[in-house]
Amino acid sequence: MISWLNQILSVTLFSLRTIPERKGSAFSAAIGIAGVVAVLVGVLSIAEGFRAAMSVPPNQHVAIVLRSGADSEMTSGLSREETRLIGLAPGIHEGPNGPMASSELFVMINLPKKSTGTDANVPMRGVEKEAAAVRGDLRVIQGRMFESGRSEIIVGAGAARAFSGLDVGQTLRVGANEWKVVGIFSGGGGAAESEIWTDAAVLQPAYNREDSFQSVYARLETEGAFQKFKDALSTNPQLKVRTLLQSDFLAEQSSILTGFIETIGMSIAGLMALGALFGALNTMYTVVASRSREIATLRALGFGASPVVISVLFESLLIALLGGSIGAAAAYGAFDGFQAATINWQSFSQIAFAFAVTPKLLVMAIVWAAVIGIIGGLFPALRAARLPVAIALRET
Amino acid sequence: MDVSQQPLVRLEGVEKSFQRGSEQIHVLANLSLQVGRGEFLALMGPSGSGKSTLLNLVGGLDRPTAGAVEIDGERIDQLSERQLAAWRARHVGLVFQFYNLLPMLNAERNVELPLLLTHLSRGERREHVRVALEVVGLSHRTRHYPRTLSGGEQQRVGIARAIVNDPTLLLCDEPTGDLDRKTGDEILTLLQALNRDQGKTIIMVTHDPHASARATRTLYLEKGQFSTEKPE
Repeated sequence: MISWLNQILSVTLFSLRTIPERKGSAFSAAIGIAGVVAVLVGVLSIAEGFRAAMSVPPNQHVAIVLRSGADSEMTSGLSREETRLIGLAPGIHEGPNGPMASSELFVMINLPKKSTGTDANVPMRGVEKEAAAVRGDLRVIQGRMFESGRSEIIVGAGAARAFSGLDVGQTLRVGANEWKVVGIFSGGGGAAESEIWTDAAVLQPAYNREDSFQSVYARLETEGAFQKFKDALSTNPQLKVRTLLQSDFLAEQSSILTGFIETIGMSIAGLMALGALFGALNTMYTVVASRSREIATLRALGFGASPVVISVLFESLLIALLGGSIGAAAAYGAFDGFQAATINWQSFSQIAFAFAVTPKLLVMAIVWAAVIGIIGGLFPALRAARLPVAIALRET
Repeated sequence: MDVSQQPLVRLEGVEKSFQRGSEQIHVLANLSLQVGRGEFLALMGPSGSGKSTLLNLVGGLDRPTAGAVEIDGERIDQLSERQLAAWRARHVGLVFQFYNLLPMLNAERNVELPLLLTHLSRGERREHVRVALEVVGLSHRTRHYPRTLSGGEQQRVGIARAIVNDPTLLLCDEPTGDLDRKTGDEILTLLQALNRDQGKTIIMVTHDPHASARATRTLYLEKGQFSTEKPE
């Protein structure tokens, strides 16, 4: 066993010491793999970023209540009486001002994108005074909170970055009102940073919504309180509602887009991986061909076939990991934090987000590179092992 | 019969043929051979006569199509690939026409190669390597890489590698084929000394009658068969 490990170690070291002699082909194979990894990570970082924009911090136990059958806030509708009953249900965290629930309505407004100048849908949300406390982590980072009863708005940081006319102090005309931007906020969970917030009581008449809402956001006592809350609402004969954890709701809302991006990313990277695989195969076949006399000599001296196989595989893996690391680093430098906004097809609103090259993606990149390296090295390694020793020895 | 009286190498009815396309090429036909311990046998014959094939069969680098190859009482034609590799490491020293040194290793490391397959400690390996390089007269070139050594020196390193684990049998395939006459003579003198002074059994394939004259016996091969006379 020791001798076998010694053989593997020796043959692998001999093999690695010859890499500088063929750095050109090794480098081109590595760059091919780097390209695959960079594209894979780059595309998937869009999905990761979008998913992150559509998520809530892990310890935020917030429930959202919609009308039964609604799959988004746009298609939901709740009367004031219904929202009052929802606010009285058990399981809601009791704050200094009573149950922490906010009845909200949601309209789409058109604003020009800073990047293209074209109009896009931006969600404008009317909220009650508990809204910020319900979300927990919402902070006004510039200016101040809007005042109740006034046509004032605060703008999510993502929306402020992506759209024109949303700087503090600016005024915009939407619906029947003119709205003054009084603050910029961050946090709020989920897609809140892509939204504009105002007082629900002001937004309702501006959009002729009378006294109706579209959703209720409620902060729960604990995560375990969700079932109690949901059961209470579903067993109340006066209510026909759909109750979800906000995290589940957001995942549902982003599923089409993230699924689409992931499919596209995997398909492109898969095709490129096929090309890189042939590059790695070609490189390693050349390695085996150029070293066939050395390999045959080692075999003639009594070295086994498996150390030769492992050494070729190891070299291939090393080249692939080098390529994978270059690709991952390039993708991180180029894409991580890149700001973008896109439409969420489930709410038809713009979501501002940043590409996110997460550790999970980097690990995935290295795994892809390793798989390409191992498959690319396997067949050449087997050829090396099956090399007819007597013939290869006489090659000059 | 005393083991030491038995031939070291015994080939019985050995045949070797290759398939080339639809054609069957017969390289060796019903060949039998015995080589005693301590012999220095030269194998001569024209190109394609089967000399190297025969050497490969004796060295366990190839298998016969039919017949028996017995070395020191062991039927090596019946061993598996893995067993054969281990057998080669223990019993055979190989000397090649083009030296077959690993270019990335210096003389010392090249000679050490066969010892990596043993359980010797690093210190023991170093000592074996030192002795082997001393025997071939290269103690002063231990750290030199093959590219900085002359052909004769490279072949000496090759011989040191072949004898470093004290094999039963030394097989040399045209050991002077790539060297000038003077250097070739030095190598042959070295082989002769190993045979005479250390009792190494040597089988050497050569084209050169000058080289075969150093052997204790010469056999001629022609079209896969032994002939008693030197072919014209």
